[in-house]
Amino acid sequence: MTGAARAPRVAIAVFPGTWSERDFAHVVESVLGWEARLVWHADDDLGAPDAVVVPGGFAHGDHLRTGAIARFSPIMRSVEAFAVAGGPVIGSCNGFQVLTEAGLLPGALLRNDHLEFRCEWQSLRVERPGSCRVWLGDMADGDLIRLPISHGEGRYVADEATLDMLERDGRVVLRYAGTDGRVTDEANPNGSQRGIAGIVNERGNVLGLMPHPERASEAEIGGTDGLRFLRSLERWLQEQPAAAERRLSSG
Amino acid sequence: MGGIGLTMRWLAEVHVALRSGIADPEGQTIGSALRALGYPTVSEVRSGKLMRIAFEAGDSDAAEAAVEEMCRRLLANPVMETATWELRADEQQDIEAANP
Repeated sequence: MTGAARAPRVAIAVFPGTWSERDFAHVVESVLGWEARLVWHADDDLGAPDAVVVPGGFAHGDHLRTGAIARFSPIMRSVEAFAVAGGPVIGSCNGFQVLTEAGLLPGALLRNDHLEFRCEWQSLRVERPGSCRVWLGDMADGDLIRLPISHGEGRYVADEATLDMLERDGRVVLRYAGTDGRVTDEANPNGSQRGIAGIVNERGNVLGLMPHPERASEAEIGGTDGLRFLRSLERWLQEQPAAAERRLSSG
Repeated sequence: MGGIGLTMRWLAEVHVALRSGIADPEGQTIGSALRALGYPTVSEVRSGKLMRIAFEAGDSDAAEAAVEEMCRRLLANPVMETATWELRADEQQDIEAANP
């Protein structure tokens, strides 16, 4: 069995209160024909995946802070080990919040500046996709994509030095934009600093974003830009069958 | 922590607030409401969380260290929040009795 011939296997973390795991599993299995495995948060066995999804929802009821309690679930020890080993991890919405609380990504996500929950289609500008070839390799710098957002606490904050570092190192990879592609205050749905919608870790394998790629993966429901994240992953996996095999055998 | 001699009960009141400089839209909204209610001199409101925590520790130093650790590990996210607390021996023995 080679990494290139086998269908990708995706582990999807499920916390009490997670709500996007089935949408992700549907896209992985029914749209792409890959293998999805839902992993309960109390379990620390990810099942030797090619990639890990930390999906959206309200893990542990968002109590205390979004993601603050989820980060201590047993599954997160395995997710952290997988990420440190270079495995592809994507955290969407609440998953992004969990990854920041876990320290896998810098910054934090606070209450939207207008205090409203926003559930709508949002245009996003792709920047520096080369910093995250795993998840964005199928996109080009300046691409405009459309994904749904669905959150009340998506205001990205970090101190100025961290924001400068992220921009300098090309780790801000998605920004809220208008339909004309311009990043403006008007296009910013939550007051995120510098319009930040998605960032990547230093190594480029862990992506956090507030929008929902899994909700934009079929033309029938409004768009397929979300599939480009998984197509990027597929291509990346094909390019490194050795890495995929290593993860398989170590799992 | 844990182990022998945890005989004293303590009550910590932990206040968690957003760091200064981080926008607090909830506090701003409360401030607007207060001004609209006829308190025009209200210039700023910062919102936060209050947690009352009843626990056991051997002495005040151990209790203080425990609260500091709770704040650092879970109760506040230093990226955006600060935590302050008041600690006292809990003579009333439970949180409900301590509530005013």
